[in-house]
Amino acid sequence: MLYDPKIRGYFYQLVMVGIVIFLIYTAYSNVVENLQRQKIASGLGFWGNTAGFDINQTLIPYSATSSYGQAFWVGLLNTVLVASIGIVFATILGFLVGVARLSKNWIISKIAMIYVEVIRNLPLLLQLFFWYNAVLKPLPGPRDSLDLGAGMLLNNRGLFVPQPVFGDGAGLIGIALLLAIFGSLFFYMWSKKQQETTGKQYPNGLIALAALILLPTLAYFISGKPVTFNFPQLSGFNVRGGVTVFPEFFALLLGLTTYTAGFIAEVVRAGIMAVSKGQSEAAGALGLRHGSTLRLVVIPQAMRVIIPPLTSNYLNLTKNSSLAVVIGYPDLVQVFTGTVLNQTGQALEVIAITMAVYLTFSLLTSAFMNYYNSRMALVER
Amino acid sequence: MANLAYVQHNAMPSQPAPPGTKGAVHWVKENLFSSPLNTIMTLIGVYLVITTVPALAKFYIFDAVWTGADRDACLKDKVGREIGACWAFVVDRYQYFIYGSYPIVERWRVNLVFALFAVGVVWMLWQRVPFKAVGAMLFFAVLPVTAWMLLYGGSLSWKWYMVAAAALAVWAVYGDYSALKKGDTGIFSRPETLLRYGVILAMALGGLMIGYAGLPRVDTGLWGGVLVTLLIAAVGIVFSLPLGIALALGRRSKLPIIKMFSVIFIEFVRGVPLITVLFMANTMLPLFVPQEWSPDRLLRPLIGVALFAAAYMAEVVRGGLQAIPKGQYEGAMSLGLGYGSMMRLIVLPQALRIVIPGIVNTFIGLFKDTTLVTVVGIFDFMRAVEASMIDPTWATPTTRATGYAFAAIFYFICCWGMSRYSISVEGKLAAGQKR
Repeated sequence: MLYDPKIRGYFYQLVMVGIVIFLIYTAYSNVVENLQRQKIASGLGFWGNTAGFDINQTLIPYSATSSYGQAFWVGLLNTVLVASIGIVFATILGFLVGVARLSKNWIISKIAMIYVEVIRNLPLLLQLFFWYNAVLKPLPGPRDSLDLGAGMLLNNRGLFVPQPVFGDGAGLIGIALLLAIFGSLFFYMWSKKQQETTGKQYPNGLIALAALILLPTLAYFISGKPVTFNFPQLSGFNVRGGVTVFPEFFALLLGLTTYTAGFIAEVVRAGIMAVSKGQSEAAGALGLRHGSTLRLVVIPQAMRVIIPPLTSNYLNLTKNSSLAVVIGYPDLVQVFTGTVLNQTGQALEVIAITMAVYLTFSLLTSAFMNYYNSRMALVER
Repeated sequence: MANLAYVQHNAMPSQPAPPGTKGAVHWVKENLFSSPLNTIMTLIGVYLVITTVPALAKFYIFDAVWTGADRDACLKDKVGREIGACWAFVVDRYQYFIYGSYPIVERWRVNLVFALFAVGVVWMLWQRVPFKAVGAMLFFAVLPVTAWMLLYGGSLSWKWYMVAAAALAVWAVYGDYSALKKGDTGIFSRPETLLRYGVILAMALGGLMIGYAGLPRVDTGLWGGVLVTLLIAAVGIVFSLPLGIALALGRRSKLPIIKMFSVIFIEFVRGVPLITVLFMANTMLPLFVPQEWSPDRLLRPLIGVALFAAAYMAEVVRGGLQAIPKGQYEGAMSLGLGYGSMMRLIVLPQALRIVIPGIVNTFIGLFKDTTLVTVVGIFDFMRAVEASMIDPTWATPTTRATGYAFAAIFYFICCWGMSRYSISVEGKLAAGQKR
């Protein structure tokens, strides 16, 4: 009986459960004892207490008299903001660099290779320090701001961009834009059907582009030019007006974008190389032109390889945005796990909530991946 | 009938290539200027190169200051010329970058650990060095206790060190004794056995010498710089690999509860950023244990990093386990091997070999991630560089650019070297698979 694998299996699992229960029990009793000795409260009672600290960048109304709960939402939204903008830019840059690495142009592919190798082999923290302390901090003060053109000013207090002010009747422009979007979508579906039934092709892209530009412009003039810009201007020792992009946000965005783009570039390269050469040769034999071959044959097959690692890179970018804490960007970790934890001392609750947030992100991502994989998996036989 | 067939018996002399398909000019034409778009891209690329490379070379090499005692050597007004990078700052501070505040008279201990570490790494990584089993014993058993004893000092660590040496000796003798009993009489004439006992003897003798001299204790608060960076990386590697293998086996296990625990641990750790794990190790670990056991400030992030790396390692190892064909398992079982022997002798040696590149990539990530311990107040290399820049002795406009460049070179050499190694191993493994 001692050698029956089934009974042994039960025995091992029983031992495992025993060890885990013992560990949890010891940890729990120690936590209770330690908390009592240090006179730290437990539970989520702190959620509604007054935070008493300021945050420079807030997407929702927040002041020092707001509660810890509101501080949490401010931090979470800031994380989401930097992660979503970072994902867009990192994707664009990453695809460009990845394609550049495969370019037949020797100098372009070498530059892309050096970029990827350098970026991927340096710690992100070092890159963030570099962008924040060595690039953005030594910029001239507001009085000698760099003029980037189009009314944008750059100095050591941040990047100042013109803010659009919508007057009366500006809603018409929005309506025109929506109309253009839906119109071109509708036209696209119609032309696709036409192509499938009659084989006649229409220049979808051009028509959509024309609609997207013309309709809002027309609306802009019809409604009497309701949009004005609030340009940032130097007044006293600071710049007023416009929208301020804080240097912390800017540095974090630059660092995350360039870092993740290096990884995305490799993903894209691997994806394109995974499409066998025979595919594009066969497309050529069918008489497809170079552009159509790329659009209809190579890219759809490459995307199947690219998307899963691409999503995990997006997730990495979101998790890496927690490095904001070293340059003082008020993200979830900096605000909540940093300041709130220090003020309340309730490490257990605060860290558990932070981890739960990131776990939710990661579970959502993997749920999306599973859905995507099941839709995209090759249907075999 | 005349024979009209014409057979050429001698090889024709090879003709020169058609003009314009060979040589530098053709290469440039083909690779740089084959189309208008290509030409534009080449021009952009050339522009990028000529705007950055000469400027960087001027700043970091030609205008750089290499020697000097303090900031005056790197100030434009004091020297009277354009000043580039202030390498004198790095030269002046490199001891601090390497050892942190480790006491100067005790730094030979750190050097000894570095030397042992180098021997262990070369032994493990260089595939032509023989006796890998002894190397693994040195790296995974001897090195951790020796490093701890040497770096930390004090009588307690010395006692544990001697206990570990004794345990290792007992383990080696027991192994050979059971081999002898099985009739393997040639065991004592093998160089591998002699080498193993040599290492254990050296360990014990060294310990006796140190115990005689007595090492003063050096508090972990004084450790810093490259020492701490390498320590975290090494601890991460030494502990994450066995732990990762155990987790991977657990995840592939048929026992549902063990599988569940492994999956929960792996997915939980992989789903959260390292910073939160470090915060957790730093603030929650002391709460989980009785007050008198409260872990050392340096030990907490070490535990956090090791657990974090273990979860990633587990996924890499799992990939290797899945790649082993089922026939291998069945073959092992039909030979009558139990689970332990099957894994140890048949499956893991094959699985680990195919995932060496993945393991090295995890190490690269781990090495880059060691910089994050800065956040919980540990003085690693990055922090040492960062802290020296603020020091007024060397406060110049170019100090930051120099310090970051130095740190970048250090990390780049380490990570790039590791990735080259992984690529070369990959090539060798692929060569074995080709038919």
